[in-house]
Amino acid sequence: MRVFRGRYLFFAFGAFIVLGMSLAALFAPLLTPYDPWAIDVSALLQSPSLEHPLGTDALGRDVFARVLYGARISLWVGFIAVGISTGLGIFFGLLAGYFGGLVDEIIMRFVDIMLCFPAFFLILAVIAFLEPSLNNIMIVIGLTSWMGVARLVRAETLSLREREFVQSARLCGAGLWRILLVHVLPNALPPVLVSATLGVAAAILTESALSFLGLGVQPPTPSWGNMLMEGKDVLEIAPWLSVFPGLCILVTVLGYNLLGESLRDILDPRVKNK
Amino acid sequence: MLVNIAKRVLFKLLWLGVVFVGITVLSFWVIHLAPGTPTDMQTTMNPMAGAAARARLEKIYGLDEPVHVQYVNWLSRIVRLDFGRSMSGDHRPVWDKIKERLPLTLSINIISMILILGLSIPIGVYSALYQDSWFDRTMTVLVFIGFAVPGFWLALLLMLWLGIYVPLFPISGLTSLGFEQMGFWGKCWDLARHLTLPVFVFTITGLAGMSRYMRTSMLEVLRQDYILTARAKGLPMRSVVFKHALKNALLPVITILGLSIPTLIGGSVIIESVFALPGLGQLFYKAVMARDYPLVMGNLVLGAFLTLAGNLLADFAYSLADPRIRIKGKN
Repeated sequence: MRVFRGRYLFFAFGAFIVLGMSLAALFAPLLTPYDPWAIDVSALLQSPSLEHPLGTDALGRDVFARVLYGARISLWVGFIAVGISTGLGIFFGLLAGYFGGLVDEIIMRFVDIMLCFPAFFLILAVIAFLEPSLNNIMIVIGLTSWMGVARLVRAETLSLREREFVQSARLCGAGLWRILLVHVLPNALPPVLVSATLGVAAAILTESALSFLGLGVQPPTPSWGNMLMEGKDVLEIAPWLSVFPGLCILVTVLGYNLLGESLRDILDPRVKNK
Repeated sequence: MLVNIAKRVLFKLLWLGVVFVGITVLSFWVIHLAPGTPTDMQTTMNPMAGAAARARLEKIYGLDEPVHVQYVNWLSRIVRLDFGRSMSGDHRPVWDKIKERLPLTLSINIISMILILGLSIPIGVYSALYQDSWFDRTMTVLVFIGFAVPGFWLALLLMLWLGIYVPLFPISGLTSLGFEQMGFWGKCWDLARHLTLPVFVFTITGLAGMSRYMRTSMLEVLRQDYILTARAKGLPMRSVVFKHALKNALLPVITILGLSIPTLIGGSVIIESVFALPGLGQLFYKAVMARDYPLVMGNLVLGAFLTLAGNLLADFAYSLADPRIRIKGKN
């Protein structure tokens, strides 16, 4: 019973943070009167006050507004990158699990190779050579993080393809993709959902690290990572620039992780029966 | 028994060779696919250089050949440990540049790794033994926070707190001014002070995951029948935990250690650039920014090599430690 309480408490916490951040990002224009791009030379590097709740940056832009609009960018990158990686993972996982044999062998060995890669190194190199843009970042993060999902889906598909309902669908003459997408995939979804939730957290962390290094979202578009990069130069005189965006990353990533981990427990029937 | 291990290692080595080629083909292809060439800096940006000069430069670097020919040429040189010369600035051999920066990055990673293991094993064991105690709960919350905190942000906060408000530690670089004039112990002290914060950040970011794995693994083992047997025959808890359980619970941790090397390498890039440490991570970052092909490829190869070596080592340690693999020789 106690375990139950803990699990749902985590879920509630995670859902609260995720929902809150999404709403804040969505309704950013309603929450702040300031334009996150508007430079105000009369208000450079002001510390937090009633007028500017989180202070202003080196160009006099309101940090609260930039943090809110930064949430849009970070969440967007997280969702699209995870969309790409989950889609690829499902595609390869279904193929490998359903066909088995040589197809399985080739796909899974490719997965092994990708897992051996120092991924962050590759992402940095690719972004720098392709020039950093929002699209490139999302694509590259997506392309380097689909392997976990592929393994999950493959494992589920392996056992599902022998089940009676899949066999009877095959006997009814259902096409390959109909079997895979209508009969196999829905039954393999719970672990994918968990891994996608955790994936959003990981993608947000990667994006912020890239932007912090100057290879992610490019200024003046606000992102939590590049705000930290800009804040680093004035760490001593304007510490609020370095504190708040980081706090946002921490809270958001924490929210998605809590949601994902508690979903794992809730969706896993083995844990429930104990 | 030894034959089995040897077979296993040999097979693994072959596979790692395949992986190595796979990784390098992929990196080579991706990097050369990108628009623009490293000679741009010296040609398009330079009004004095015309098309002829550009072609000459490309010929010097072999950039006029098709990508697959370039790859084969490159691979045959790598096998002979010739990484080529850096294209930017000083044109020094890539291997020299890497060699002088390797010790710093390796020592930061190794010190952090020792600290992570030294702390996460007791934490994990204690959490598992007293599941749902206040200690376990506190640790669970801390682990979640540890997973979510961006390393570079933690670094910034520490610089602010322990570097600026309470100036205990220097916040950037590896040595202070006047390092050359210090005595041996002075030098050691100076280095230690500069490395404290980076090592701390590394340790904290790695600790969360490792202590979690340790806890899960220990919980799993404690549920096994042989633990019940050991306790039923009246063995004291101490020896059940340390002799029977811990040994088995450490097995998966070995694999995790091997797999965590890519993450450590990635972390080095960020932490070294925050603290302005002259290590490999910083070198890679600069190389990437300057589009220095040979230097970027050299770093990628080294990263891949370290990752694969860690992988192999973990596998070897695993098969030594686990009698099931040692005897059957299969997995």
